[in-house]
Amino acid sequence: MRRILFLARAEVLHVVRDRATLAQVLIVPILQLLVLSNAATFQIRDTPTYVVDLDLSTASRRLIERFASSGHFRIAGRSASANLADEALLAGDVTMALTIPHDFEAMLVGTGAAPLQLSVNAEKGSAAGIVQSYAASIVSAYAAELTAVRGGAPRIDLRMRSWYNPSLNYTHYMVPGILVALVTLIGTLLTAQNIAREKELGTLEQLNVTPITRGQFIAAKLLPFWTLGLIDLAIGLLVGVVVFGVPVRGSLLLLFGAAAIYLVVALAIGLWISTIVETQQQAMFVTFFVMNVYLLMSGLFTPIDSMAPWVQTVSLVNPVRHFVTISRAVLVKGAGVRDIAQPLATLVVFAVVTLTLAVRQYSKRTA
Amino acid sequence: MSGAAADAPIDAHDLTRRFGSFTAVDRVTFEVKRGEVFGFLGANGAGKTTAIRMLTGLLSPSGGRATVAGHDVARDAEGVKRDIGYMSQRFSLYEDLTVRENIRLYGGIYDLSDRDIRDRTSRMLGRLGLEHAADALVRAIPLGWRQKLAFSVALLHEPRVVFLDEPTSGVDPITRRQFWELIYEAAAAGTTVLVTTHYMDEAEYCDRISIMVAGRIAALGAPAELKQRFQTPSIDDLFVRLARPTP
Amino acid sequence: MTALAGLIRKEVYHILRDRRTLVVIVALPVLQVILFGYAIRTDVDRVRIAVVDPSPDTMTLALRARLDAAGVFEIVKVSPTMDAIEPLFRRGEAQGAIVFEPDFAEHAGRGVPASLLIVADATEPNTGSIVQAYASAVVQAFEQEQAAHARAVRITPAVRMRFNPTRRSSNLFVPGLMAFVLTIVSSLMTAISLTREKETGTLEALLVSPLRPWQIIAGKVAPYVVVGFASVVGVIVEARLVFGVPLRGSATLLLAEGVLFILVSLSLGILISARTSSQRVAMLGALVGTMLPTMLLSGFIFPIESMPAPLRAVSAVVPARWFVLVARSVMLKGTGLAYLWPATLILLVMAVALLVASTRAFHERLEA
Repeated sequence: MRRILFLARAEVLHVVRDRATLAQVLIVPILQLLVLSNAATFQIRDTPTYVVDLDLSTASRRLIERFASSGHFRIAGRSASANLADEALLAGDVTMALTIPHDFEAMLVGTGAAPLQLSVNAEKGSAAGIVQSYAASIVSAYAAELTAVRGGAPRIDLRMRSWYNPSLNYTHYMVPGILVALVTLIGTLLTAQNIAREKELGTLEQLNVTPITRGQFIAAKLLPFWTLGLIDLAIGLLVGVVVFGVPVRGSLLLLFGAAAIYLVVALAIGLWISTIVETQQQAMFVTFFVMNVYLLMSGLFTPIDSMAPWVQTVSLVNPVRHFVTISRAVLVKGAGVRDIAQPLATLVVFAVVTLTLAVRQYSKRTA
Repeated sequence: MSGAAADAPIDAHDLTRRFGSFTAVDRVTFEVKRGEVFGFLGANGAGKTTAIRMLTGLLSPSGGRATVAGHDVARDAEGVKRDIGYMSQRFSLYEDLTVRENIRLYGGIYDLSDRDIRDRTSRMLGRLGLEHAADALVRAIPLGWRQKLAFSVALLHEPRVVFLDEPTSGVDPITRRQFWELIYEAAAAGTTVLVTTHYMDEAEYCDRISIMVAGRIAALGAPAELKQRFQTPSIDDLFVRLARPTP
Repeated sequence: MTALAGLIRKEVYHILRDRRTLVVIVALPVLQVILFGYAIRTDVDRVRIAVVDPSPDTMTLALRARLDAAGVFEIVKVSPTMDAIEPLFRRGEAQGAIVFEPDFAEHAGRGVPASLLIVADATEPNTGSIVQAYASAVVQAFEQEQAAHARAVRITPAVRMRFNPTRRSSNLFVPGLMAFVLTIVSSLMTAISLTREKETGTLEALLVSPLRPWQIIAGKVAPYVVVGFASVVGVIVEARLVFGVPLRGSATLLLAEGVLFILVSLSLGILISARTSSQRVAMLGALVGTMLPTMLLSGFIFPIESMPAPLRAVSAVVPARWFVLVARSVMLKGTGLAYLWPATLILLVMAVALLVASTRAFHERLEA
């Protein structure tokens, strides 16, 4: 309708003339993307290790060499004292302490079996598990080497293949997710703040006294922000590809189509927030809280599979979760429409529901 | 719809609004005839703005009823909005748009054709002496000009009823005179005007006035008639007498 | 001094009067810890895998049974060809796949190593490593048990997980989570305090009163530190009772550090409030806008050691980072002030610096 166009045009003028908002929309997301993508990593590399070599034999030295040259471990300290190793662990200077017993080589040559002691700082939780598995694979590779030397042959040849992310680069996993976070934050925050500002300034009242309908008002408000959100996504994606080398294996059209639907949800939530607050300040705080919950429960930073079962169920109503899944699937795995059918359908339902609720909630008249 | 609608564009009967235990507007009854300039007076906090917000469909009444331009404010608030113009006490247009852009926006919202918008904009701006500021950002123009702009927007779509909440506060005497000339013009053309003001001399310009005290109408009638009835030399004295807290 | 006492009393009265807000302030962190404590985890308990077995035989079936019985795998699909894998990965239905080559047992029997391919969906790199580690562990155990070759060499690492024997990632995250929710509740408290002043315009009145700026600040901060203390106790109790996070160190030390941290967060809020209104909105915007970085640079979720040097440096000025360190050390390692004095000192310095800056800002407002 004509009214929508008139109001939307005014909105666009507002945004373009407000330098603070422009910065918020264009510059801040890029900065955040750059910072966060570098921060958000569980990558384990060069784990500092303390070695207590009580054997000082060829075998023990070779084993230590395997650790050192694996790229996963860095020998940060070496001595014959288990106490020093312990202290280093306690102080947090090393993450793992490797203790080679003093009959190591002898046992290997004799019975062909030898023990080893690994102390891992499990403060890091699952990182400890990963460190342990790296260590275990180095040890068993070494054992296999020795077996070959002794003339025994392995019966099973294990080979590993990592699909979609052979370099095990964490940014390829995080950037698609962070893009979602940024677009969400912008969309929801801008909408909530914008309408709260009109309330604060009193300009909303002048609109409320005109015959413009709720639907027309909301459409006119959401349209510019929706477009901005998509533009933001495009810019962010460009940065992701150029700076971080994020793959784009799937269809961009599909990704942006999903984004278009997702943004409706994000904006509707911002709209809803604006109806329950009075000032911009409040709008910011409420958005802050809501976004916290959404982001931390979306599988963006920590995997959904790791969440407690009841939380996993709850996360099904989190739109961020679905778009993060879609984003990663399409960009990194090259997923097509059929692969993301389920989260996409969920987003469509959410879009309809949240928009309806938000429109219902908005009133041109105080009761 | 009764025949009275054509005669009483504003018709309030026992209109009431409560906020919790506080009654802001207490059974207010009055009517305004077509083409009348009605002065709606009262001290700060007497309930004028609340009453106006009910009449413009911005606030639901707690009790009583009212019709504006034939629409019931409780049941057909959106109908009311089609036929009214409103200038709020606090400046409520967009500071980061230009004068022209603001007018254009509201012209579009009130479904005026592009040509109408153009014509009326230039007419309005000319009449108010604002042509030179047409493309200036509202943020950059002085208060008096902003009031003129808000006034234009209220009358742009030639509504049947227009509500002006303290239109002349903070403007210089010349601008005040201009406003009142425009108010008379609009009234002569058939627009019903309800205006609030703190300037008691402006009360004399109105056809009839009402004075609200603590949510109720304490006096209602033509200024001359009221002065006679209450034996006060000016509306100002009348106002003070009515509004003074009872000893 | 009586003026200050009066101010504090007024503020306490405000807080107690607003029962609902008080409940929210104390309940909010507790609720958040529960919600996020169950959500922010990185434990991989079960991995969904597909099995590709073109020619099932005794050996492949035995290995498959082993994989199934290992308790860590959930076999979502068995297929004769590798085509099945890609759609499963794309839909997220499987995280890895074990691929047997055809005529597996035959090859193994003949002494030509039978090829087993472990494919991991490495979109999330660590899950990929874990899939491979678990799978190869099962296969190698199988190998060793078969003990067909007496000449096989076996090196068995005995692994001790220090400071977190259960390796539950919640032990890692919950202390960090405590810091996070306390930051949020502190900003909420300052916001509430501010809004009240703004609404009633009493801030200006305070400024022109005989009260010195530092007294105004003290008066505002002190009551909320007490409320914050209640929050600190609440989250620690929760961490212990709900998540079973150990408390090996001194509870007193932890509480004291918690209060110090609240003080730092409140001081930051007060500094923001000391700025004039328009700037305040901008600063709040900056705060919210930097919510993500703060969340991520404090070491709460992502280990600081994994970050590049510039970010590690930035992390040093994020107050939460230091409390995260303290909370983890005290709770999991039982360390005391002897190790933690640098972190404590940093928090103290931050508190003092912020309070001084607030005092300065209030002085400026007086001049203006």
